[in-house]
Amino acid sequence: MAAIYSLYIINKSGGLIFYKDYGSAGRMDTNDSLRVASLWHSMHAISQQLSPTTGCSGIELLEADTFDLHCFQSLTGTKFFVVCEPGTQHMESLLKVIYELYTDYVLKNPFYEMEMPIRCELFDINLSQAVQKDRVAMLGR
Amino acid sequence: MAPVGPRSGDAIFANVERVNAELFTLTYGATVRQLLTDLEEVEEVNKQLDQMGYNIGIRLIDEFLAKSNVTRCVDFRETAEVIAKVGFKMFLGVTATVSNWDADGTCCSIILEDNPLVDFVELPDTCQGLYYCNILSGVIRGALEMVSMKTEVTWIRDVLRGDDAYELQVKLLKQVPEEYPYKDDE
Repeated sequence: MAAIYSLYIINKSGGLIFYKDYGSAGRMDTNDSLRVASLWHSMHAISQQLSPTTGCSGIELLEADTFDLHCFQSLTGTKFFVVCEPGTQHMESLLKVIYELYTDYVLKNPFYEMEMPIRCELFDINLSQAVQKDRVAMLGR
Repeated sequence: MAPVGPRSGDAIFANVERVNAELFTLTYGATVRQLLTDLEEVEEVNKQLDQMGYNIGIRLIDEFLAKSNVTRCVDFRETAEVIAKVGFKMFLGVTATVSNWDADGTCCSIILEDNPLVDFVELPDTCQGLYYCNILSGVIRGALEMVSMKTEVTWIRDVLRGDDAYELQVKLLKQVPEEYPYKDDE
């Protein structure tokens, strides 16, 4: 039961800086993943403008027939979103964990250039561990 | 799941990994000494320290936001309080105080009684123009820039120059929210 299909991280200008798929359900080639990222960035921005509630910070959850999309935007404009099985629980907390891993293993790497694609092995390793842990915890619930 | 509230500076400080304070002080001292040797001009060193601080600040802000769970501040007063009470505590283990607000709430002073960067330091006569802790002003400026605030951060009082405390003046120049390029003739 692979609850998460894929993870995307986009920088504040809407460029895709990280993409990982888990299993074939969410798999996309590079061009498609870049397109999805820019599309989501624009939709997120538009939703903030269209929202009837004041102080809206954009779409947090999109529910469709075959997938759910959970999005977290940090106050610095970086967006983390997962595409997962409909009804998957606790994705917000997973996104927060991924945000912390980003601040540790990506931002603290002095050779990582801000806003550029993430190529940090430590981030990949720790991310896999976190997703695995979440998967195991989910089976236990 | 109920949203987690913001954590206090003490709580976060207790949970992060810490390093020996003297190692930190010595490392910073060695950096400043090397900059003085390489650049020779005290003004240049001040600028470099500020730039280094800026580069740290733009990265540090995300860690701060992730670990402290603070929500968007409603005004600049709240921002200054959060920097002084949570930020300084979390990263330097000291609490600062905010005072000297101006009439429209865009300029204040952050006062540090205690400063781990300057333990054991005395400025020689040849370096009287040096702002030894200038990295801190860069860090604050860089961090706030990533959350859409352009600020100017300057030292008002500096113990190494003979004053009784460290006082940083933080002035909000403008809020620059993300502009989406809807006009295509830009």
